[in-house]
Amino acid sequence: MTVHVPAPLRPFTGQQAVLELPARTVGEALTELVSRHPELRRQLYGEDGRLRSFVNLYLNDQDIRSLQKEATPVREGDALSIVPAVAGGLKE
Amino acid sequence: MAVPAGRLPPGPPLSNDEILRYSRHLLMPEVALEGQQRLKAARVLCVGAGGLGSPVMLYLAAAGVGTLGLVDFDVVDYTNLQRQVIHATPDVGRRKLESAAEKLRALNPYVGLRPFEARLGSDNALDIVSQFDLVVDGTDNFATRYLVNDACVLTGRPNVYGSIFRFDGQASVFATRDGPCYRCLYPEPPPPGLVPSCAEGGVLGILPGLVGLIQATEVVKLVLGRGEPLAGRLLLVDALGMQFRELKIPKNPECPICGPHPTITALQDYEAFCGVRGEEAPAGVAVPEIQVEELKRRLDAGDDLLVVDVREPHEYQICNLGGLLLPLGDLPRRVHELDSSREIVVHCRSGPRSAKAVAFLRQVGFRKVRNLAGGIAAWAERVDRRMPRY
Repeated sequence: MTVHVPAPLRPFTGQQAVLELPARTVGEALTELVSRHPELRRQLYGEDGRLRSFVNLYLNDQDIRSLQKEATPVREGDALSIVPAVAGGLKE
Repeated sequence: MAVPAGRLPPGPPLSNDEILRYSRHLLMPEVALEGQQRLKAARVLCVGAGGLGSPVMLYLAAAGVGTLGLVDFDVVDYTNLQRQVIHATPDVGRRKLESAAEKLRALNPYVGLRPFEARLGSDNALDIVSQFDLVVDGTDNFATRYLVNDACVLTGRPNVYGSIFRFDGQASVFATRDGPCYRCLYPEPPPPGLVPSCAEGGVLGILPGLVGLIQATEVVKLVLGRGEPLAGRLLLVDALGMQFRELKIPKNPECPICGPHPTITALQDYEAFCGVRGEEAPAGVAVPEIQVEELKRRLDAGDDLLVVDVREPHEYQICNLGGLLLPLGDLPRRVHELDSSREIVVHCRSGPRSAKAVAFLRQVGFRKVRNLAGGIAAWAERVDRRMPRY
């Protein structure tokens, strides 16, 4: 499946915007993603090991929270988008 | 779909001058005389006269929105000109409100301007927002975004949202009667410092133009009551790939403010909610500092002092103090390269990133480490005036 990485998180994927990953569920895709790019883990998961509330994940155009969350099955050709809250600020 | 057009009375009649000015609108059956009168009757508040606010205000004024409110307390800075097209070079140092109002009056004298020289806060937001029919969110920080959202939900005003980061943008319409609000999309903000906003900052100058005009388009559609509003949908703009993608935003039945059982019924303390107060340095950690003049004196005296630059390589290229380049994000991995027995001065552009670095280094046992107050920007200001600033 395809994973879309937003600009704020690209420093953690070596600036890759789109990744192709083998996965049967959203959870597998995420596991594969953070195993390839371990620095992403802290961005996506809180200390409790759960997905952070300000990082939304969409399978195609649907929020995975309205599907089966990380257990949502994925098919070849599906796109997973990571969409974190962005303030739009430029302050250092 | 609830749109404010339904609430707006048909507008006042147009003068012959206005009919001529808006003739390309009047020729379209989707606008026509009635739609143009609706635009004239509409009162639109734009929060922020910056990157997003510039195109929004210019185009809404040109389109004939009758009353435009502007909230901003800032002054035009030289670095704004790359994207804030309502301001021009001679405006640097002027109040943004004054600069914007001058351009808008020149563009369309039929627009009534309502400037608010203020920082939108919990004390004034409901009063200001309730004087308008809809609100354009052109802000640049989470605290004001949640404030604008909550004020819109509480007063029943649609919130036309846009945000930008580097090459990426987002747009949506929140707080329509049946649609979701910003809290449905993001119930809470990220803690400061987690999203790499500083080291990875910057924005392509045209991007606020693209996203701002999506916002302006949504405003005009809402006023006219035409088309499909962007409510319940998040539009993602990727300027590098030049792709527009659309995601569904379901209304959250447990939303604390727009759900059926709201727990938020009044405005809050948004700076506390967003953790802004600890933003300058990691929460509660005051780090020891050195002033640029003292650093200059010490370096000139040939003291054994290691200067560590925690900015990014592309920033180092613009200007540097000849320090060891060690970007903040790499610090934990490369900390062993530093000798903790030496005296270390850490700097970034203006101070916050290096404060985090100093706090981190002290945490892992460095004792003789200080933050350069004001960063290389202060050095360029007070020590070496020939150094470029950015």
